[in-house]
Amino acid sequence: MSLLRNRAISVSGAIIVATAACAVVGPWISPNDYISTDFDRLLLAPTTAGAHLFGTDDLGRDLFVRTMLGIRVTLLVAIVASFVSLIIGVAYGAIAGFVGGRVDAAMMRFVDTLYALPFIFFVILLMVAFERNFLLIFVAIGAVNWLDMARIVRGQTLSLKEREFVAAARLTGVSTGRIIFRHIAPNLIGIVVVYMTLTIPQAILVESFLSFLGLGVQEPRTSLGALVDAGVNLMEGASWTLLIPAGLLAVLLMCFNFLGDGLRDFFDARHTT
Amino acid sequence: MLRYTLLRVLGAIPTLLLVIVLAFLMVHAAPGGPFDDERALPADVEANIRGAYHLDEPLPKQFIRYLSGLVQGDLGPSYRYRDYTVSELIGQSFPLSLQLGVLAMALAIAVGVSAGTVAALRQDSYLDRIVMAFSMTGISIPVFVFAPVLVLLFAVKLQWLPAGWSSTSGSSRLLLPVITLALPQIAYIARLTRASMIDVLGRDFIRTARAQGLGTMTIVRLHALKPAMLPVLSYMGPAIAAILTGSVVVEEIFGIPGLGQFFVRGALNRDYTLVLGIVVFYATLIVFLNLVVDVLYSALDPRVRYQ
Repeated sequence: MSLLRNRAISVSGAIIVATAACAVVGPWISPNDYISTDFDRLLLAPTTAGAHLFGTDDLGRDLFVRTMLGIRVTLLVAIVASFVSLIIGVAYGAIAGFVGGRVDAAMMRFVDTLYALPFIFFVILLMVAFERNFLLIFVAIGAVNWLDMARIVRGQTLSLKEREFVAAARLTGVSTGRIIFRHIAPNLIGIVVVYMTLTIPQAILVESFLSFLGLGVQEPRTSLGALVDAGVNLMEGASWTLLIPAGLLAVLLMCFNFLGDGLRDFFDARHTT
Repeated sequence: MLRYTLLRVLGAIPTLLLVIVLAFLMVHAAPGGPFDDERALPADVEANIRGAYHLDEPLPKQFIRYLSGLVQGDLGPSYRYRDYTVSELIGQSFPLSLQLGVLAMALAIAVGVSAGTVAALRQDSYLDRIVMAFSMTGISIPVFVFAPVLVLLFAVKLQWLPAGWSSTSGSSRLLLPVITLALPQIAYIARLTRASMIDVLGRDFIRTARAQGLGTMTIVRLHALKPAMLPVLSYMGPAIAAILTGSVVVEEIFGIPGLGQFFVRGALNRDYTLVLGIVVFYATLIVFLNLVVDVLYSALDPRVRYQ
């Protein structure tokens, strides 16, 4: 339980859990929905009347529910995209590290080359080419973020494969694929989980960047980035439309960064002692 | 030195080719043609248009055509801005983006290095804590979140600075965009400088300098700054990429008619050649500037040349 005694980890973790819980429960409890317009209540400032806790937008839609749904979408995209990058990164890194030699050198050389690419522009290109497909956002972001994961996993695999249990498995005739996925991969889980918490804020960043530019989540669905974008156009006279989603996005990003850094330091300290 | 530079230049060529091939394939793998509109064109008209843009040729041939144009600085015609080539559009809008980016980078280095150095010299003081807290905030919060908040605060509420680009002329309209663009880089550079400065200040040669009675400022200026700048210099590559990405957002928010705005417009209008051209341009720029940074680094730290 010493993990929870670390202030950075516990506080940021608690904020993330609380925000996620609100995002899940909020829309159920609220009497409003995310799509109904009310032209008698345009650009209402945050009020308890009618439960418009975050006010309304220029179409009279309830911003509390929209923001909560936005958080859901943002978190969902981030988690799924991190999973995609995790699968690609772990598979790639584990194979490179385990096979070693020339294959490893070539595979890592390829990763180095990809590092030099301005990925965000490719993601935009992808979104332009493929009609802003919602599913594609997951894949695109995941495909961007796997490089770090591949490097870390490769390094770990290189050291793991020299261990006795791998030699034992090989000696009893276990196939290479099975060794990688049944014996090496489970030992990578710790470090992979830590780095996944660090890829989540990156995924959030890419998704909200795309949505902000109008290339990500499309109306009437929304995400925190799309809400910030809408808020920019309404901020003169209705500053809450910008400040609430911007603030929430900032808080979430900071919490994920603190959590990831905290977890990494925590586990690294363990490893070194 | 020359050998290293040549090797690095040769190493950049496959990266560039990969960029071009990837970008080209992505655009051409797109379902539907660039001329699909709500209203379908008559079949023969569409065939003519496709022929005029060489879209009826096999893909490898189109790619060779694109590549040979590219070598000559021709990125093809824009599909949406009639009568303009992509190269003309880039040539028109890039100088403004360049000005913005260079100013932001200069500001980021000046402020970031100073703040980081001060924080390192006063390690664990309140000043240090403030710099680090600011830096963590700046790193976490993306440009498109704090840029509108800054506009709201300084332009709409306080009215100190102009909010839009077209509403005023003169250099005051550059101030807010440049600061916005520089802020996250200030945060990163301050953090990097602080860490490497603390490391350098603990070395033996600094102790020797101190023992000889040199003042702190002289030590920092003459002995500590150069070695402490190496991590910052190696961060310049990612920083340039981040400033280019950031300028897309900043130009969009402030309404600056730079390259970033064309990029977003092109993306929203599905102007394939324009988007493809700008991606290739950005990528080439980033790869080239990374190259420059690497060569500069090897000039400052000759050890990397022999690795």
